[in-house]
Amino acid sequence: MSTPVSEPGPSTRDFADSPAILDADDIARALTRIAHEVVERNKGTAGLVVLGIPSRGVPLAKRLAGRIAAVESTEVPVGALDVTMYRDDLRLRPARALEHTDIPPGGVDGKVVVLVDDVLFSGRTIRAALTALDDIGRPAVVRLAVLVDRGHRELPIRPDHVGKNVPTSLRESVRVLLDEVDGRDAVMIAAAGDGTR
Amino acid sequence: MKRHLLTAADLDRDDATLVLDTAAEMARLTEGRSVKKLPTLRGRTVVNLFFEDSTRTRTSFELAAKRLSADVVNFSAKGSSVSKGESLKDTALTLEAMGADGVVVRHWASGAPHRLAYSGWIRSSVVNAGDGTHEHPTQALLDAYTLRRHLGSLDGRRITVVGDVLHSRVARSNVLLLTTLGADVTLVGPPTLLPVGVDGWPCQTSYELDPALAKADAVMMLRVQRERMNAAFFPSAREYSRRYGLDARRFALLPDDAVVLHPGPMNRGMEITADVADSDRSVIVEQVTNGVYVRMAVLYLLLGGAS
Amino acid sequence: MTWVVSGARILGGEPTDLLLRDGRVEDAGTGLDSAGAQVLDAHGLVALPGLVDLHTHLREPGREDAETVETGTRAAALGGFTAVHAMANTDPVADTAGVVEQVWRLGRDAGHVDVRPVGAVTVGLGGERLAELGAMADSPARVRVFSDDGRCVSDAMLMRRALEYVKAFDGVIAQHAQEPRLTEDAQMNEGELAGRLGLRGWPSVAEEAIVARDVLLAAHVRSHIHLCHVSTRGSVEIVRVAKQRGFPVTAEVTPHHLLLTDDLAASYDPRYKVNPPLRTADDVAALREGLADGTIDAVATDHAPHPVEDKECEWDAAAFGMLGLETALSVVQATMVDTGLLDWAGVAERLSGAPARIGRCDTGDEAQGRPLAPGEPANLVLIDPSVSRTVDARELASLSRNTPYDGRSLPGRVVATFLRGRPTVLDGKLA
Repeated sequence: MSTPVSEPGPSTRDFADSPAILDADDIARALTRIAHEVVERNKGTAGLVVLGIPSRGVPLAKRLAGRIAAVESTEVPVGALDVTMYRDDLRLRPARALEHTDIPPGGVDGKVVVLVDDVLFSGRTIRAALTALDDIGRPAVVRLAVLVDRGHRELPIRPDHVGKNVPTSLRESVRVLLDEVDGRDAVMIAAAGDGTR
Repeated sequence: MKRHLLTAADLDRDDATLVLDTAAEMARLTEGRSVKKLPTLRGRTVVNLFFEDSTRTRTSFELAAKRLSADVVNFSAKGSSVSKGESLKDTALTLEAMGADGVVVRHWASGAPHRLAYSGWIRSSVVNAGDGTHEHPTQALLDAYTLRRHLGSLDGRRITVVGDVLHSRVARSNVLLLTTLGADVTLVGPPTLLPVGVDGWPCQTSYELDPALAKADAVMMLRVQRERMNAAFFPSAREYSRRYGLDARRFALLPDDAVVLHPGPMNRGMEITADVADSDRSVIVEQVTNGVYVRMAVLYLLLGGAS
Repeated sequence: MTWVVSGARILGGEPTDLLLRDGRVEDAGTGLDSAGAQVLDAHGLVALPGLVDLHTHLREPGREDAETVETGTRAAALGGFTAVHAMANTDPVADTAGVVEQVWRLGRDAGHVDVRPVGAVTVGLGGERLAELGAMADSPARVRVFSDDGRCVSDAMLMRRALEYVKAFDGVIAQHAQEPRLTEDAQMNEGELAGRLGLRGWPSVAEEAIVARDVLLAAHVRSHIHLCHVSTRGSVEIVRVAKQRGFPVTAEVTPHHLLLTDDLAASYDPRYKVNPPLRTADDVAALREGLADGTIDAVATDHAPHPVEDKECEWDAAAFGMLGLETALSVVQATMVDTGLLDWAGVAERLSGAPARIGRCDTGDEAQGRPLAPGEPANLVLIDPSVSRTVDARELASLSRNTPYDGRSLPGRVVATFLRGRPTVLDGKLA
């Protein structure tokens, strides 16, 4: 039996030599800007719940929540929303291991939920996240914050907050590395073929 | 994971851990919600094929499948070793014709799920819900899940299993699974109720219960039928419970944090006294709750992805 | 019809011609005159006396859905047999002159092999009262072998009486050694595997305890006991000691117990379910040694046909038994000849000479198991040991399909079988 795979870890061979389109500083600035945008749009922090989509959406969500708290001096509930069981491509591959779902104690009913993910691509993951949210409760509003939008949407899904728009070809893949998971911060592009999006 | 779950030996350490971790997620996902349903098995048909009556296990599987939005069909096949009823093969062919994706089977004959899985009569995944005296892998999984919740990692943990090992499919599955997860298992019972060749199993054995309690992290009591005394497995129910029953005196020999398990149904007064069964260190009721999550995990991992 | 079988290696020896006329071997030598005779070119083939099976289940009367005398004897002839002893556990049981005579006549009418009915020891195989052994002995079927096979004659007093009683007509009791109280609902060899598989065990001691008891009884009353299908090292050792002491004991082993072991049960495929069960590699080794050194006198097939539905189910519900007639010689070749434990002369003794003597059919007009020599009946089988064949259950002549060797390659092939000078099998097919 193969070990459970959500996304493969960084492969030293593939991205080591690729150019980083975002470095650590770029990522930090993007998150700070998004934090301000979220607060501005919401006119404060009331009702905010930040939910990261595993795996790398979760550390991003925590950082985002931290920056919002720094800006507004108020803690914002943050958690994780695993979408594995709601994916529309479930039947195409062997059953995948579940990631962690952690809904903050206040729930999502009537809240302003900000979904956070690292890369927005076809939009199917977000669609699955919306379905997953459906089974948890009824938010008042759902917004989407992503670090990178690489285009090629297959569904009518659009982000509310974007770190960087990175037009890509379908032959390329985008890889986000985060310190919490990969030991450093960077966003890279390479020729596809190693299981990234 | 393999296509079928027939024996605890089908799971290596990674597989077993995956099932337990998935069960934990299932628990987390369903516990807080008002609508306890996940869409994962929508469109899949799960058949509960029970040749032996078992309300407890059948409803557990039924609930697990329904929580994953599967369609559930309960097929109670009449027939025993004496009155044969419709044959296993014909029942299987019927299920195949009905388009079952997964078959959960409990049968009085050891090896029946194996025959279903490998005979070529059906293409579904087969889950063994208990076959004769052979195995009951989901019971072992829910026991391991329960133990993990209370003890943390099972590496090096001492688990004592007591009772009619000879006739117990729960014992066989538990010895295999707990050992796979790193635990040290000790089987205790009278010599007549320990199978020939048990010294070849990956566990210790003992004829005496008291010494096996002092350092145990958990004690699992197996059901012992009084009627076994008619085949001379022990002289009387009284002698059995005196020598191997978990009563208050023995309960006091256990370490303070040790937990008590039982696969059910219990013979109160025979292998376990009411006080012990109802004590706060008994996790017997929790085992039942955990059974649903574990079975949800098994069904998801077997049927949730590509077939 | 006169036949000249030319160039056959008799008992594996030098190529020899055999002239068969009027049911007898008239001449044996080289360069025999074949004028007026049909010639069978047997160069490269081994010739053995026609095989005699001490233990076959023909299932008729009562279970004609599994086998009939016609289909079973066809299978026997194709396996190189010229005589079979048909066990008594039919329905009705062969415990009266009437039933044994019926089976005997069916055998004669089919004409493929000599069918020698075995009579039950007890009425209805019930283990309580002796059947009319004398009437069966006196009937045209001339029964000499008596057995409750399928069941054990477990009552010691009854076994003693049976052993004594048959002395009056030179009969022999063939015991299926299985202490019933130790094997209630037993499914497979008792051992580590049975414990793991959850299948009730059939301990070796249940066979050995009866073997020990009965060789002592036979010695005590000075009557011949024959032990059916011995399957354990312990049984072989007891028989060896008994023979050393001069006890009147003979024993048989099945081909499958010479080859197959209990680990095959791990598949839960009831093709491997048999009574006595398949045992361990150590038992197999002891049985081969015992057959080689003569402790075990004969190979007997215990051919046990069962309809598909009795084998295509869960293990516990399945019937016990395996086919054996059409594969026996190949299995003996694989396990005993090709391993160097026995030569062809030894095979002739174990599969023809000894069984015929034990069955008391080695004398008279219809003698079996005689040497291939002038004056003797022309019962012979011609084998090509150099080819292999893959066993296909659907191609067997038996009505049933329950062979454990389906899909397996076995050495050797029966080319021709002659019953008193008349070919029953030619070129591997029924003549």
